[in-house]
Amino acid sequence: MGKTLFDKVWDLHSVRELPDGRTQLFIGLHLIHEVTSPQAFQMLREKKLKVLYPQRTFATFDHIVPTENQRARPFADLLAEEMMQALEKNAQEFGVKLFDFASGDQGVVHVIGPELGLTWPGLTVACGDSHTATHGAFGAVAFGVGTTQIRDILATQTVALVRPKVRRIRVTGRLNSGVYAKDVILAIIRKLGVNGGIGYAYEFAGEVIERMTMEERLTVCNMAIEGGARVGYINPDKTTFDFVKDRRYAPKGGDWEKAVAFWESLRSDPDAVFADDVEIAGDAIEPMVTWGITPGQSVGVGEKLPGFEGLSSMERASYEEAYKYMGFTPGQPVQEVPVNVVFIGSCTNGRISDLREAARVVKGRKVAKGVRTFVVPGSQSVARQAEKEGLPKAFRAAGFDWREAGCSMCLAMNPDKLRGREICASSSNRNFIGRQGSPTGRTLLMSPAMAAAAAVTGRVTDVRELMKGGSR
Amino acid sequence: MTPDAKIAVVKGPGVAVPGNDLDTDRIMPARYLKCVTFEHIGQYAFQDERFTPEGKSKGHPFDDPKHKGAKVLVVNKNFGCGSSREHAPQGLHRWGIQILVGESFAEIFSGNCAAIGLPAVTASEADVKALQAFTKERPGEDVTVDLAAKTASFGGRSVPVELREGARRAFLEGTWDSTAILLEGLGDVKKLGEKLPYLRWTGV
Repeated sequence: MGKTLFDKVWDLHSVRELPDGRTQLFIGLHLIHEVTSPQAFQMLREKKLKVLYPQRTFATFDHIVPTENQRARPFADLLAEEMMQALEKNAQEFGVKLFDFASGDQGVVHVIGPELGLTWPGLTVACGDSHTATHGAFGAVAFGVGTTQIRDILATQTVALVRPKVRRIRVTGRLNSGVYAKDVILAIIRKLGVNGGIGYAYEFAGEVIERMTMEERLTVCNMAIEGGARVGYINPDKTTFDFVKDRRYAPKGGDWEKAVAFWESLRSDPDAVFADDVEIAGDAIEPMVTWGITPGQSVGVGEKLPGFEGLSSMERASYEEAYKYMGFTPGQPVQEVPVNVVFIGSCTNGRISDLREAARVVKGRKVAKGVRTFVVPGSQSVARQAEKEGLPKAFRAAGFDWREAGCSMCLAMNPDKLRGREICASSSNRNFIGRQGSPTGRTLLMSPAMAAAAAVTGRVTDVRELMKGGSR
Repeated sequence: MTPDAKIAVVKGPGVAVPGNDLDTDRIMPARYLKCVTFEHIGQYAFQDERFTPEGKSKGHPFDDPKHKGAKVLVVNKNFGCGSSREHAPQGLHRWGIQILVGESFAEIFSGNCAAIGLPAVTASEADVKALQAFTKERPGEDVTVDLAAKTASFGGRSVPVELREGARRAFLEGTWDSTAILLEGLGDVKKLGEKLPYLRWTGV
């Protein structure tokens, strides 16, 4: 009987079965950032423990960094400054490599792992951040952990985990023009629900996924967790290997050949057995927009907001809560919804290809009156590449605010926040109540191109309308 | 492991916070993650669910004097979804919650609960709703969750609760602190580290 990639990687990294039935799993790559790691290092100190494999943990700053004048230290926010200093001190004391501002490599942890060539197929990857599933795009088994588990990984390079089942999600056919990886994952979550993936790892497969670039695959795997799946992955192929090759931390010389052969061997076998299989027709996917307070509450841009037909009493309560919070009405076309703020960035959609697509939409156009905008590159490296391509200039010419790298308004732990009940068209991953820094703020998730379209019209807009006949 | 790490029975008043998909941003808003210790975050559990931006009480169950001293938190489906922030279960725990009973829990959240000694047990939709109704109708009265018997008892009735068997045993035996157990396997960890093909490649 064949094995899935997940089975092969899990078995390879399994140290032993623990008395409580979980697996003691070796972590091939551990990434840390300033928000969820300080308590873990403190626990190590209290227990007088060292970091077992300091060369397999890498640190950066992303969650709380300002996106303007970010090198001006100390930060105006003294609590944020304290966390920065804690990570600097911890990295130095425990011998962990830190990609700080001066390194030129700083950025959102899930953006810099791949771009530095740290993320490879066949690794187990852990980070104190739920969007760690992003790295699964390479054929790694990657998942988010809590702070106590970070302590465990630092001390033992292992974590205790329950082995999930594997569900294969095949996206067939072809995507229509103007439909992006973001729309694919939002469509998957709409179909399977925000809790459908509990207990599962998602293997994303099918022609649409196979044809995707690495950056598109990263977007899909990034949001597996929004469907409840802690792990999402894609089998590695030539696209994967071409992306990793020659990056700073990629295997070199004779080791490269060995690596590719090893990675090839990890692909799910043709006769691999999955717990279940789901199929989604790629050509039926429209540009997607969320209207509610979970990433599963979404519609195609051509649709009207849903009614209450066929809902269970609890689902109905969720819908009612969402409508009340958002201030929308069932039956309202989603394209009537106005936006006050546009955020383009995040570990979901803050990569160079995302910025290129958004820039293509705004070229020759202007941000609508009164709309605040944030374009936040995912890393210093993305920002440098964007400069080379003239993207900051293009965004600024259209009236966008071009910022420095960080998580920014995805979770608004830095100064970038919604105010009051503002509605934000956001290329990020969560539309939870209060997520973007105002306890009453509202978030509409969509692709970067759709967010750019919303910025120029001031309302939710089908980006395909703006793409007709190219830019003006 | 110290004997007081054993968790067999939690007995105390219950409090219901109803709703599916209650995410960890709602349990612990991101601005309270700006801390280098978990020590003081108990007071911020459900902060924005409890207070308006102006600081006015919204009448959340956590602030209802009738639920003062609640130890058993009763929730619905997919509780704790979203962000992996351990600050969420830490906040609930430090607020005074000693066990969660729900229809289902998000995976990272339940893993974090297990790691900090906060059991999160599941029960059927009907039983959870009955327990939620009980905490509203008879607030302050004890709910007893018995991990050995796998039951939740309240108001003269008893309903079955579930918890992954290994986790249940670990709570009963007081062996839920994972670091100690993982450290026991350190010899095997190092052996595996030598066997993994990629740790010897250039680039690492």
